[in-house]
Amino acid sequence: MFSNLAEKLQNTLRQLRGKGKLNEKDVDAAMREIRLALLEADVNFKVVKEFITSVRERAIGHEVMSSLTPGQQVVKIVNEEMARLMGEKQSSLDLSGKSPAKILLAGLQGSGKTTTAVKLAVHLRKSGRAPLLVAADIYRPGAVKQLQVLSDAVGEKCFSSENKNPVDICRESLKYAENEGLDTVIFDTAGRLHIDNEMMSEIKTIKAALNPNEVLLVVDSMTGQDAVNAAAAFNNAVELSGVILTKLDGDTRGGAALSVKAVTGCPIKFVGVGEKVENFEPFHPDRMASRILGMGDVLSLIEKAEASVDQAKARELEQKLRKQQFTLDDFRDQLGQLRNMGSLDEILNMMPGGANLPKEVRQMSLNEGNFTRVEAIISSMTKTERQEPAILNSSRRRRIALGSGTSVQDVNRLLNQFGQMQKMFKQMGSLEKKGALKKFKKGNKGFPF
Amino acid sequence: MSLLNKFKKGLVRSKTGFIGRLDNLFGSGELNEEFYEELEEILVTGDVGIETSLKLTSDLKDEALKRKMKTREEVRLLLQEKINEILLSGTREEKTVEKPLIILLVGVNGSGKTTSAAKLAHLYKNCGDKVILVAGDTFRAAAVEQLEIWAERTGVEIIKQQAGSDPSALFFDAVNSARAKNVDVLIGDTAGRLHNKYNLMEELNKIYRVINRNMPGAPHQVLLVIDATTGQNAMAQAKSFNESLPLSGIILTKLDGTARGGIVIGIQDTLGIPVRYIGTGEKMDDLAPFDPLLFTEALLGK
Repeated sequence: MFSNLAEKLQNTLRQLRGKGKLNEKDVDAAMREIRLALLEADVNFKVVKEFITSVRERAIGHEVMSSLTPGQQVVKIVNEEMARLMGEKQSSLDLSGKSPAKILLAGLQGSGKTTTAVKLAVHLRKSGRAPLLVAADIYRPGAVKQLQVLSDAVGEKCFSSENKNPVDICRESLKYAENEGLDTVIFDTAGRLHIDNEMMSEIKTIKAALNPNEVLLVVDSMTGQDAVNAAAAFNNAVELSGVILTKLDGDTRGGAALSVKAVTGCPIKFVGVGEKVENFEPFHPDRMASRILGMGDVLSLIEKAEASVDQAKARELEQKLRKQQFTLDDFRDQLGQLRNMGSLDEILNMMPGGANLPKEVRQMSLNEGNFTRVEAIISSMTKTERQEPAILNSSRRRRIALGSGTSVQDVNRLLNQFGQMQKMFKQMGSLEKKGALKKFKKGNKGFPF
Repeated sequence: MSLLNKFKKGLVRSKTGFIGRLDNLFGSGELNEEFYEELEEILVTGDVGIETSLKLTSDLKDEALKRKMKTREEVRLLLQEKINEILLSGTREEKTVEKPLIILLVGVNGSGKTTSAAKLAHLYKNCGDKVILVAGDTFRAAAVEQLEIWAERTGVEIIKQQAGSDPSALFFDAVNSARAKNVDVLIGDTAGRLHNKYNLMEELNKIYRVINRNMPGAPHQVLLVIDATTGQNAMAQAKSFNESLPLSGIILTKLDGTARGGIVIGIQDTLGIPVRYIGTGEKMDDLAPFDPLLFTEALLGK
C-alpha cells in the first residue's frame, strides 16, 4: 500500500536535488508513482490519464525552487491540479426562489440516502430553515419507517403516504409543506441502479414534476472504478446540481470523489462522516485532495482541535510548558480534552498515514479503556504527589495501584510515559525559540511534504 | 476539449465497459509492451486491485515468453486459467455439523446485509431446511422492520429484540431457541459497521465469542457482504473484518449493475477468502452460489 505518496515521490526524485529543471525522464518516474497512487485511491483510470497529462505538462521544465526539493515541487503541482479539478472553493446549496425550496436526493442502493436526508434536514434547521422530509422510497422494505424513526429522533417532520406512486407522494408532500408552513422539502427516493431503465425513468418523472432547486447525487466514498458510470447515467437522466459523499469516516482514500466531479462537472457539496446526525460537513476540496494523495486530513484535525480545546486553559498550559511546570494534573486535563475531540479512531484517521498503522499499534492507542485507567491512577494520587511525582516511592505506588484498581506496573508505566512527555515538552520549548513551531502552526504550508 | 467533454465521449464509446475492453484487447494484434500495459490497466479498471493486477500481468508476460506464445488468443486463455487458479484456490468443502448451522452476515453500512440474509434464508428454505432469521442489526432505525417484512415474504420465522438492545445477548438467546425448535439453519443479520471503528469491531468480536461459547464450532460460516461497486477499500474491509472474526467467505452484492466486482480476485489472491454467493437483484431469488469458472468465463470467455 502507498502510505504516503509524498514520501515516495520524494525518494524517487531525491537524486535530482540541485538540478535547475526537471527533464522528461525525471518526471516519468514520478508520474508512474502518481498514476499508481491515484488508481489505488480508486480514481477512475480515464480521469487519472487526463490528470497525469496536465501534471506532466506543468512539471516538465518547471523551475525547481531553491528551497524545495523536486519531489516537493511535483507534489505541489499535483496538489494544485487536484484542488483545481475538485473545484476551487466550497459550494453551497441554492435554495432561492419560490417557497418551498425542493431538494431531490438520488443514488444507488446502499449509498446512504435516507441517513443523508435526515442529516441534511438537521443542517438546514441550524441555518434557520424549516425542512420537511418526504419518504418517497416505497420499494425497500422498512425504508419509510426508517425515515420516520430518524426524523422523529431529531424532531423534524416527515411526510409519508399510503399512495403507491412516488410521483404522487412527492406532489402531495408539497401541499403538506405549504399547510404546515415548512419552507424546504427534502425528497428521499429509492435506491436505483443506473442501468435500470424503468427506475431511471421514474426519477426523471419525479424531477419533471417537482422542478427542484437542487438535485443531489448521494455517492458512497468507497465506490471504485464504476463510480463514473453511475454518476454519468444519473447526470444524463436528471441533470445533477451537486453531490454528497458519504461514509468518509471510513479509511477509503475516496478517489471516487475526483471521478464523479470530473464526469458530472458538479460540485461536491457535503460529506457524511459518521452515523450520528451531526456528522455532516461542508465539503473542502483541498482537504479531499490531500486525502486522495494519502497525505491525511491535517486541516480538519486542526479545526477539530481548535473547536474542542478550551482557549483559556490552553494559554495557561502554554505558560506552564514554558516554565516547565507541566504536572500530572495538567496531563489529566489534556487527556480529557483529547477525548472531547471525538473518538480516537477519528483522530487517527485524519493523521497522515494514520489509517495505515498496523492493527497492534492502533489497538494500543485506541483502547479507550487505557484512558480511563490513566485517569483513575492520577485521581488516586494526593495533591502533593501530583505536583511532585518524584516523591512516589514504592509504598506510595502500591497504595495508588490499590486505590485505582490497577497494578504497580500500570502506575510505573504511566509515570514513565509522563516523564517522557515532560522531556518532549522541554524539546518543544527550545524548538519554539527557533520558530519551527510557529511555522507548523501556520497551517499546511509548513508541513514537511 | 475540456477534460469533462473528452471524458464523456470516452464513456459513450466504451459503453460495454470492462468486458468490452477486454474483448477489444484480445481481438487482434501482436504481443507487445503496449498490449501488457493495456491489460494491466483494464484489470485495474475492473477493480481487481493494483497488487494482483501487476502480479497477473507480469506472470502472464513471463509465461507467455517461456511458452513461446504468439497470439493474444493464447494469452487470453492463459489469463483465464490464472484467474481460475486464484478463485478456485480457497474453495472449501462445507462441513457437516450438528444442527443448527449458524451463518453470520457482516459488512460495512449499505453493502446489503439485510437483503442478503433474507435471500439466503429463502435459498435454504427452498432446499427443505427449517430456517430462522435473527435481526441482529439493533442499531439502524427500522432495520428490524426491514428484516421482518422479508421474513414474512419468505415465510421464515424471525427472532428479534427491540431496537438498541445488545446484539450479543440476542444471539445467545437465538442459538438456544434455534436448538429448542430443532432449526436447521440460523441466519444472523448484523449492524453495518465501518471496519476502522475499533469499538464496533470489538462488538462484532463479542457476538462471535458469545455464539462460539454457546455452541463450540459456531458460527460455522461468517460471510462478509461486499457491494460490487466498492473499489480498493474492499480489500481493507476484508482484512479488518477477518482480523475481528474469521471470515469463511464473501457475498458479492449488486452485481446487476455495471460493476464487475473484480476486487474479489484481489481479495482471494491476497487473503484467500473465497466468494460464496452473488446477489444480482432486489428479488428474493436473486442470490446464487458463486461459480468461479462461470465468473471467469463471463469475464474473459468469448
